[in-house]
Amino acid sequence: MKNFEYAYAKTEAEAIQLLSVANKSTAVLAGGTDLVALMQSMVVAPDRVVNVGDIETMQHIKRDENNNLWIGAAVHLDELLTSPVVDPFPSIKQVIQGISSVQMQSQGTVAGELLRRPCCWYFRGGNGLLANEGRMVIEGDNRYHAILGNRGPAKFVSASRLAPAMISLGAKVRIIGPKPEQEQIVDIENLFCTPEKTDETEIALAAGQLVTHIILPPDQGRLSAAYEVRHGEGPDQPLMAAAVRFEVLSGLVTESKIVLGQVAPTPWIAREAAMALLGRPINEETAAMAGMKAVSGAIALSGNEYKIELAKVAVKRAILRAAGLETGCFESSTCETAAVNFA
Amino acid sequence: MAKPSSDQFSRRAFLKGSSAVAAASAVVTSAAAQEKSAQSSQVIAGETTVSLNVNGKSMTAKVEPRTTLLDVLRYQFNLTGAKPVSSDGSSGASTVLIDNRPVEAAVTLALSAVGKNIQTVESLAGDAVPKAFMQYDASQCGFCTPGFVVAVRAFLNRNPNATEEQIRAGLNGNICRCGTYANILQAAISIAKGGQNG
Repeated sequence: MKNFEYAYAKTEAEAIQLLSVANKSTAVLAGGTDLVALMQSMVVAPDRVVNVGDIETMQHIKRDENNNLWIGAAVHLDELLTSPVVDPFPSIKQVIQGISSVQMQSQGTVAGELLRRPCCWYFRGGNGLLANEGRMVIEGDNRYHAILGNRGPAKFVSASRLAPAMISLGAKVRIIGPKPEQEQIVDIENLFCTPEKTDETEIALAAGQLVTHIILPPDQGRLSAAYEVRHGEGPDQPLMAAAVRFEVLSGLVTESKIVLGQVAPTPWIAREAAMALLGRPINEETAAMAGMKAVSGAIALSGNEYKIELAKVAVKRAILRAAGLETGCFESSTCETAAVNFA
Repeated sequence: MAKPSSDQFSRRAFLKGSSAVAAASAVVTSAAAQEKSAQSSQVIAGETTVSLNVNGKSMTAKVEPRTTLLDVLRYQFNLTGAKPVSSDGSSGASTVLIDNRPVEAAVTLALSAVGKNIQTVESLAGDAVPKAFMQYDASQCGFCTPGFVVAVRAFLNRNPNATEEQIRAGLNGNICRCGTYANILQAAISIAKGGQNG
């Protein structure tokens, strides 16, 4: 690991101050599961690391007067999993259960998971995010790479497993900095972007900005679920993921959102698929049709055509699970009673 | 850079927009901030001496910012239970408890563990978990065992009556190259069922 300056922030204001240093690159440390691993392999080498994991205001889940849940960025994944206030959002709990390692769940934080760097092996191997303008991916082993949004040089897939669920639930994020008084609340999908040049990243935060909270609007009786296709047991990234949320009135869908993970450099909002459900009942047939629509623009690389089929299945099963039509549904909020087999 | 060629590209510009406006004055602010933060000694560069609370004892270590907790435990405190198997923490072999939470010491900076209660596998010598591991012959080469013992302890602390399925689903953060999983599972189940989990 290249050496760096270590800075410890006790408040959000201190963090912003410590993150903005002239001529120095800074990185935010919370759990460390991703950042320290990347620094170990020298894929990233910041001049300064700012630890925000102990900032008190970022460690709680609170409800505001409009019934929004404010989830602190440094809340650990297992705290989110066992929190009863998150019970109305089964998709979030299903995703965290899928991260089936007690260490990852208790060391990893919510914002850390959302902003996890891609697992693309060319990136992790030190070849840069775009891996020679995408050529390494096209010519090499690309079995886990993108099938959507992959026409530019970026062919990796977004790493976050929580992001599709959060986007489908209409979550927002509170971002502060880089100047002390700057604060903005934006839709969570705006955190992610597709890099087109080698000096860009997949995270749309400016240097010195910090995510402090994830804001979840009230569920209002909507149905939600996530479905991941996985290798089997183990802490590896899933092969495919889908999160859905919809509202059903008199048996017909009146509102719907479908977001795919593991398919594109960003979480992928499948608008056409969501539209296709409107005004229809949820059943095997409509769920399968939404799955087809979700991959209508997909283009496989040399080794990942199977992912197109997986994406159809993941969308279909997420929809059926949300509607309670698929077995293996999430039953309870605690680890005590539910062991979900996502595979 | 503001080439609005795609929806996503303009999002980047959107988020960065607010900072670009403030760029001119930011240089002045950050210089002042740097001076101020140095005064309050929140920034540590280079080697420093810290005190860590390990297994109930206060111990002193010389660390750089990049020193991991695992390196301090093994090479300064001679607590060699946690193992350096994977530098990215994917093996689970370096699992320790910090404030009763299972974490990978390999991806924990020593400085971020200051002021917290660190428990290593050495503190579990009289615990039911290592006993059950022996009873059920749950190690072959033994290299993964300390990490598994801590992970099983942490998992059962949270899920004292865990079923086999839950144990299978929850202990995915540890890898055993010898493939002793069946016996490790039996050891964990025996504790969950046997009520030695107090």
